[in-house]
Amino acid sequence: MTGLTFRKRGEPEERLDLSPLVPARLAGLSEREVAALPVGTSRMGLTVGDVFEVVGGDPSSICFAGGSTRFDRIGEAMQAGGIIVEGDAGARLGRAMAGGRISVEGSVQGHAGSGMSGGVIRIGGDAGERLGGPLAGEMSGMKGGTIVVSGSAGPRAGDRMRRGVISISGNAGADVGSRMIAGTIVVAGTAAGTPGRLMKRGTLFLCTGAETLAPTFLDNGPADLLILTVMARDFAAGEVGPVAFEGMAMRRLGGDTAVLGLGEIFLPC
Amino acid sequence: MVVNGVAIDDGFAEAFPMAGTAIQITAINEKWALEAARSMTGFATSVIACGCEGGIDKVLSPQETRDGRPGVRVLFFSFDAGGLEKQVTTRLGQCILTSPTSACYADLAGEQEIDLGSAIRYFADGWQISKKFEGRHFWRMPVMEGEFLCEARTGVTTDGVGGGNLLLMARSTPQALAASEAAIAAMRKVPDVIMPFPGGIVRSGSKVGGKYKGMMASTNDAYCPTLKGVTKSELTPEIGSVLEIVIDGLTSAAVADAMRVGIKAVTDLGPQEGAVRIGAGNYGGNLGPHHFHLKDLLP
Repeated sequence: MTGLTFRKRGEPEERLDLSPLVPARLAGLSEREVAALPVGTSRMGLTVGDVFEVVGGDPSSICFAGGSTRFDRIGEAMQAGGIIVEGDAGARLGRAMAGGRISVEGSVQGHAGSGMSGGVIRIGGDAGERLGGPLAGEMSGMKGGTIVVSGSAGPRAGDRMRRGVISISGNAGADVGSRMIAGTIVVAGTAAGTPGRLMKRGTLFLCTGAETLAPTFLDNGPADLLILTVMARDFAAGEVGPVAFEGMAMRRLGGDTAVLGLGEIFLPC
Repeated sequence: MVVNGVAIDDGFAEAFPMAGTAIQITAINEKWALEAARSMTGFATSVIACGCEGGIDKVLSPQETRDGRPGVRVLFFSFDAGGLEKQVTTRLGQCILTSPTSACYADLAGEQEIDLGSAIRYFADGWQISKKFEGRHFWRMPVMEGEFLCEARTGVTTDGVGGGNLLLMARSTPQALAASEAAIAAMRKVPDVIMPFPGGIVRSGSKVGGKYKGMMASTNDAYCPTLKGVTKSELTPEIGSVLEIVIDGLTSAAVADAMRVGIKAVTDLGPQEGAVRIGAGNYGGNLGPHHFHLKDLLP
């Protein structure tokens, strides 16, 4: 059975809140009922039917045929199923999702995977600021799951991350892993700013090095650790895929000693 | 029944349900993986006095292990998951954590789990690091040699079977030993089983209880050659020595397979070099739910 498809009619004139379009909310609804769901964020009162041509199918597998940077909150709080976005997506993609898979062919804006606790997000292009990070006032960011970014990420990816894995194939914006509580971030490219600033625990792999390192990170020397091998093997066989540090001689820095100091940054030797 | 000159009793081995688990131990080379595994499975012959029964299931090639290094798969069995966890974690802390270059991983999936690294992580005194990725959970513990990597938990099966056995009766001790060694060599190729006694063989098979108060087990006088005539012996006059092989397995089928290949190895060896008779120990069939009838396991 084919999935439920939302074919974009044209570029929307306002930002859209697409958080209702998740498998659990759409299960059991007819095409007419789906088309009547409100997705607008202004007084215009836009509904799904105004923006998309709805092609019926299995709601556990959703496809947005055509994306837009105005498509906000796709897959919010999703617990199971799959969403594919053929194009770009807006802010808060997969925020608070607990399970399932979201795949975006293009780029996404800020706070993708914010506070997620499970599931997998794949971003074919770039990610905006605070990938996996918390919204203002929240105590922690990503709490589980996996985010894989084929391009680069904006500033403060993994901010206040507590658990889970973020893999960035390109470069990371300023202060990746800032205030990390735990978890793992892999950056294949370079990391701008001061990576890991105020991280308590957690692991940062900066496979092409860092622009600067805070003086509160202390050099532990070369680290030929088994965990690097096991991680690389498991990532390669799992959701993350091959990682740049596989087989690479790494150096470990412990920190940030400005706070708890139990985090670590791995750099090429 | 007689196969290749070896008489096979019309009896059965009576075995019991046990909680079982499997872990993978790796090291820089096979020598050190075996050192760690042998240390961990030492003094684990009988659950009655050792708290668990353990042994090496098989040596693993680098292609078969989690980290691409040589390794060993070991199995442990006990009466219940609680007793199993106590034994495994104590042995893990004293024998694997301490062994140079070792690492330890779960090697059995199960709904029920027991702690591995989660139980011993406090040895790292606050420097332990938890890593969760791709659905698995590890503990990293800084040690003087470098870092000890240990999976947090491993699975437990309650479908384990303990006490499968073969009694190999020969004219002399060298012949009984030859038959036993042939059987063990064949049985070690069967996955998911261990033969927990020294070299897989026990010379002091036991019966339940004894004449002295508090004895849970005592010598199986019915199979002692030196007591022929003075006790209710199960031995015919030509039997001069009896050795037993005890088998524990993660499944009943694995125990049956091991007994099957063991019987074949003994009958292939024949009575001149090995055993003249194969029997099995039981308690009348009323204690253990698993009955392995020898007639069903003939080659």
